[in-house]
Amino acid sequence: MTSATGPTVVELDYAGGERLTMNMGPQHPSAHGVFRAILTLEGETVVGVDAVIGYLHRCHEKLAETLTYAQYPSIASKTDYVAAMTSEFAYVMAAEAIGKIEVPKRAQYLRVITAELQRVASHLLWLGTWCMDMGGALGGGATIFLYCIREREMVLDLFEKLVGARLLYGFFQVGGVRYDIPEGWAQSCRDTIDQIEQRVGEYEQQLEENPFFLARAQNVGVISRELAEDVGISGPLLRGSGVNYDLRRAQPYSSYEDFTFAIPVETAGDCFARYRVRMAEFRQAISIVRQALDRLPNGPISSRPGLKSVAQTRIPKGEHYARVEGPRGEVGCYLVADGSAKPYRMKWRGASFSNLAVLPFIIPGHKVADVVAIMGSVDPVFGEVDR
Amino acid sequence: MAEMLPGWLLPIVAPFIVLNVVVGMVTYVTLLERKFAARMQSRIGPYRVGYHGLLQPIADALKLMMKEDIVPTAADRPIYNLAPIVFLIPCMLIFATLPFAPGLGVADLNIGILFFIAVSSMEIVGLFMAGWGSNNKYALLSAMRAVNQIISYDLPYIFAALVPVMLAGSLKLSDIAVAQEGFIHWFVFYPVIGQLAFLAFIVATLAAENRVPFDILEAESELVAGFRVEYSGMKFALIQLGEYAHMVGSSFLAALLFLGAWDGPGPEWLGPAWFLLKAIFIFLLVTWIRWSFVRIRVDQILALSWKVLLPATLVLLICTATLVVWRTSGGI
Repeated sequence: MTSATGPTVVELDYAGGERLTMNMGPQHPSAHGVFRAILTLEGETVVGVDAVIGYLHRCHEKLAETLTYAQYPSIASKTDYVAAMTSEFAYVMAAEAIGKIEVPKRAQYLRVITAELQRVASHLLWLGTWCMDMGGALGGGATIFLYCIREREMVLDLFEKLVGARLLYGFFQVGGVRYDIPEGWAQSCRDTIDQIEQRVGEYEQQLEENPFFLARAQNVGVISRELAEDVGISGPLLRGSGVNYDLRRAQPYSSYEDFTFAIPVETAGDCFARYRVRMAEFRQAISIVRQALDRLPNGPISSRPGLKSVAQTRIPKGEHYARVEGPRGEVGCYLVADGSAKPYRMKWRGASFSNLAVLPFIIPGHKVADVVAIMGSVDPVFGEVDR
Repeated sequence: MAEMLPGWLLPIVAPFIVLNVVVGMVTYVTLLERKFAARMQSRIGPYRVGYHGLLQPIADALKLMMKEDIVPTAADRPIYNLAPIVFLIPCMLIFATLPFAPGLGVADLNIGILFFIAVSSMEIVGLFMAGWGSNNKYALLSAMRAVNQIISYDLPYIFAALVPVMLAGSLKLSDIAVAQEGFIHWFVFYPVIGQLAFLAFIVATLAAENRVPFDILEAESELVAGFRVEYSGMKFALIQLGEYAHMVGSSFLAALLFLGAWDGPGPEWLGPAWFLLKAIFIFLLVTWIRWSFVRIRVDQILALSWKVLLPATLVLLICTATLVVWRTSGGI
């Protein structure tokens, strides 16, 4: 998959005779999955990067054509397995838009609660792995990683109580959600987010008061506003480059207009700015969950209850592109329905895939050590890249 | 005890004992670090093998001995095979000059500290051999970084170590220890100079031992495992042993230079125990730093050394020299 003309190389002022080609991945401690970057090095400086993807391809789009609208949401969660709720969300939204299916208010609120909890869980894993990229599995990075995993566990425990699963949920269904919250769940959710909010403050303190962390994150991997808009990145990367764009505000869905929250934006565009955006998003997501729990309306959780067989979920002919703001950016699902119980065609727009496209623009000129820091700050999940 | 042995036997027995004690200690130091790190990370650490995981180092050593030894096809075999040994020998040799109590040591050279520093930086030869002989790009990059780092950090390391040497007026390690007798005379309590030198010495030690935040040689998130990426089994164990031996040796040296070596309350025979405790304190200090910082980049490491640490230690050294001259000429 390397281009026929060989890797593109950025000419730098280099006095040495030879360039070194180094493979990073697909098996690499900081490949975040199976990603292969063919780096061209001049000494320690990276001058060219060729990204090779596709190692985790699982035919998701073809798979969607063979599964009914009731079956696929639980498979959709396998695209972005770190934030499984998000892709389910996009899929059911597309199906509902084609079928003009109303979603009860309570179900909309439950969707918001789980989507925002998922954002918290996903950002926790990002913070941990990113710090591990910079700090090493045998160093301070691992310490932050284990703390973050501890907190992510608490969110996963909440999901387990709600759905019964910890990684791939199948919580969303066309017309609503599958389960209502069990007794006492709201309280344990409140306790959990209170605790996470406090711990996030601790991490900020531990990291931002550490000059080594700042030296690694500031002015590294700068994405300018123009580049961000040209390449089409989304999510915290875009907002870290000074663009105030969030689908939850730009195109509110699932009652997001009911909640008050801020869209954190940083202008520097470096790894540190992306970090700041995500840290602020922790707090916003937690505040949204609190508001949703406070105002959770009563009523049914699905407008299509009591289906006897999966084949009964028929969606009329039509097509729609639904998009949601996932933890990594815009997750889109383009669905073409032909009136049967299965979609005619489905296309994913993975946030990680589009975000990954920015790497060749920002990596050249940095040191090898920065490659992992930049890749970590982009936060790709390769399940979503390759699908 | 020395009198009971025939003269020719002593040069054999003493190193034998020291070597074995060091190897035993090094294996258990790994357990200490793992337990300590686990506590920091709200984990338990090794727990299953023996009481609270006490047999874990032995299990690890057995496992490593039984592992298959894989040599990469393209490796430069003689260099690849020799590297772990070349790496290990200097790491063990540094214990030769360390006096563990008055008169208890293999060889209390009159240039003890010079020998220690010279030998300990010899490990770079083995390290570079490993990086070169593996014929692996990660290992090669790591070996190049290692040379960079050793060159940049040995000078501040030596300058910081020379401060106690000047204050004590001797290169002999036992003389430096004796000069610090009595709690308040420990060089770390020497006003201003002592604390600064101790700080600089700990930073330079971190770099010399390749610990986070200066572990760019290993840097497993970039270079997988750096210079030892191709090593397995017993060769890997030797490298690991050497690395930890170096760390323990440096901890002993720091305890000797700044924390008064065997000086402590209680009878004289408790001296080695105090020394050990202080060395473990230094070791845990280094471990604590290791498990709470992120790694810095290679250019930042070099900048830190040449632009900050080297001038700072040099100024410190000149100040110490001035003070010592002023004092001996009848100042204080």
